[in-house]
Amino acid sequence: MSSNSATLFLRFGKRGIHMAQKQGSDQPSVQELIAKASNKKQKKIIEKLIPIILFLIASVSVLTTFGIVGTLITETVIFFSRIPILDFIFGTEWFPFANTEPQYGILALIAGTLKVTFIAVIVAVPFGIGSAIFLSEYASDNVRRIIKPILEVLAGIPTIVYGFFALTFVTPLLQQIIPELKIFNALSPGIVVGIMILPMIASLSEDAMSAVPRSIREGALAMGSTKLEVALKVVLPAALSGIIASVVLAVSRAIGETMIVSLAGGSTPTFDLDVTGSIQTMTAYIVQVSSGDAGYGTTIYYSIYSVGFTLFLFTLLMNIIAHVISKKYREEY
Amino acid sequence: MNYVNHKSVIKRMNKRLIVNRVFKAIFFIATLFALVALAVLFYRIITQGIGYITPDFFQNFGSRFPEKAGIKAALIGSIWLMCVVAPVSIILGVGTAMYLEEYAKKNKLNDFIRMNISNLAGVPSVVFGLLGLTIFVRALSLGNSILAAGFTMSLLILPVIIVAAQEAIRAVPQDVREASYGMGATKWQTITQIVLPSAIPGILTGAILALSRAVGETAPLVVIGIPVIIQFLPENLLSQFTALPMQIYDWAKRPQAEFQFVASAGILVLMVFLLIMNSIAIFIRNKFQRKY
Repeated sequence: MSSNSATLFLRFGKRGIHMAQKQGSDQPSVQELIAKASNKKQKKIIEKLIPIILFLIASVSVLTTFGIVGTLITETVIFFSRIPILDFIFGTEWFPFANTEPQYGILALIAGTLKVTFIAVIVAVPFGIGSAIFLSEYASDNVRRIIKPILEVLAGIPTIVYGFFALTFVTPLLQQIIPELKIFNALSPGIVVGIMILPMIASLSEDAMSAVPRSIREGALAMGSTKLEVALKVVLPAALSGIIASVVLAVSRAIGETMIVSLAGGSTPTFDLDVTGSIQTMTAYIVQVSSGDAGYGTTIYYSIYSVGFTLFLFTLLMNIIAHVISKKYREEY
Repeated sequence: MNYVNHKSVIKRMNKRLIVNRVFKAIFFIATLFALVALAVLFYRIITQGIGYITPDFFQNFGSRFPEKAGIKAALIGSIWLMCVVAPVSIILGVGTAMYLEEYAKKNKLNDFIRMNISNLAGVPSVVFGLLGLTIFVRALSLGNSILAAGFTMSLLILPVIIVAAQEAIRAVPQDVREASYGMGATKWQTITQIVLPSAIPGILTGAILALSRAVGETAPLVVIGIPVIIQFLPENLLSQFTALPMQIYDWAKRPQAEFQFVASAGILVLMVFLLIMNSIAIFIRNKFQRKY
C-alpha cells in the first residue's frame, strides 16, 4: 500500500482502495515518491523534534497537578500564619464572617460534607449495586441496550440541574413527609447526590461483574444454583474489589460535589448529626465566599484555599484507596 | 435406602426458585429507581420551563425581572467558552495521548505522568476553580475573561480527553503501523497519516462528551468570579462573559417563585445544547467508527 492509497483507505475504507486501484495509472511512480520523500535532513529534524514537543504537551497535565498542589499549599500557609493550625483542624465552629473573633474550625464543614456523603452512599450503594446485578445477571441483551444509555444520560446531567431539582422538587416533597425539615437541609441534597453517583456505581460495578468469566457462572449453574445464588455467591465475591473501588470513587465524587449542596444545603456550618437543618459543606463554603465579595488578601480569601486543600486531601485519599483496592485485590482468571 | 429425599428436595428447590424470583424483582426495582428519577426530573423541568421558551427569552439579557429575563448573553457566552476549550483541550489531550501511546518508554517518569492523569481526573471541579483563580485570573492577570475560564475548563476536562484519545489510539492495530513502517514511513508519518486518521472518530467522540461536561460545569466558573448579569455580548477573548450554568445558578438562587420557571427554561436550553453535542458524538461514533 503506498502512503497515498493508505490514506485513501483510511479516509474512505475499502472503497478507497478500489478507487486507488482504478486510478493506479495516474499515481506518481515509486521513484517520484522516493525523490519526494527523501528530503532526509528535514525529516530527521522533525522526527527528533516531535517527541520533545509531545513530551512538553504531556507535561502540562503534570504541571496542572503541581499548580494545584502549589497554589493550595502556598495560600494555605499564609492562612495558617494568621489562624493557628490546631484551631483549624480541631475547631468545631466555623464563623468566618463574625465581626469579632471569627472562628475557623474545619470540623463543622467536614461534618456537613460527611452528612451529605453518608446519605448519598445509603441511597446509591443499594440501588447502584442492585441495578448492576440486574443488568449483568438478569437482564436480556435488549433490556441492557436500553437501560445502559439511560444511565449514561443520568451521569451526564450537569450538577446544577440536580441542584435545582433538589431545591425545587425533592425538598418540598420531603417536607410533606417530614414537616420539620428546613428549606435548606442535608437530607435532600444527600439523596440527590446519591442519584447523581448511582450511575457511576452501577456502571463500574456492572463492568466488574461482567468481567467475571462465563465459565464460572455456568459451572455454578450446572451444580444446580439458581441465578440469585450465582450472583450473590459466585459473581459478587469475584467482582468485589471492582465494586468496592467503584463505591470509593463514587464517595470521592460525592465529597467533591459542589452545586447540589450549594443550592440545596444552605450556608450554616454545624457540627452535629442533624440532617433536617441547614448545613454547609467544604465545597459550598468555597462557592459562597467566591460568589460574594471577599476582598483579595483578607483572611476569608485565604480560608477558601485551606478548605480547598482539605477537600483535595480527602478526595486524593479516596482515589488512592480505590486505586489500591482495584489493583491489589483483583482476581485474575 | 433412599439417598435423596425427593420431597424435601422439591420443597427446597421451590423455595430457592421463589427467592430467586423475589430478588430479581428487587433488583429490577432498583434499576427502575434511576429511570424514574430521570423521568421525574425531565418531566418537572419541561413542564415548568416550556412556557418561558419564547423568542424574547433568546433575545433578552439577564434581568432582575423574571418576565424580562433572557438567556442571550449566557448562550453566546457558552459558545465563546467552547471556542476556547475545544481547541486547547483537544490539542493538549491528543498530544499527551500520542506521547503516552506512541513515544513514552516504560520508565518511572512516564509512569508518573500516567498516574498523575488518573489522579487529576479525581480532583473536584471546585479545586480547579481555585487553580484558575490563582494562576489565570490573578497571576497571569487575565481577569474573569473567556480566556481564563476557557483555560481552567480545558485543564478540568483534559484527563477525560487524554483517556479517550489513548483508547482510540490503542485500538488501531499494531499490524497497520508495522505495514506503514514496512513501506518506509517514519514514525511521525505513520502517526499522522495512518494512526490518527483511524483514531479520529474515537477521539472526537470522547472529546465531544468531555466538552459537554465543560458546558454544564458550574463550580469553577463561580470560583473564578464569572459575573451573572451582563448586558452586552463578548467582543473578544478577554471580554467578560457569562455562561449557561452560571445564569441558571443565579436564577435558581433567587427567592421569587417566578424565577424557578425561568431557571427551568434555562435548564431546558442547556439540556438541548448538551443533547445536540451528544447526538453529534453518537453520530460520529456510528458513522465513522471502524472495526479492524
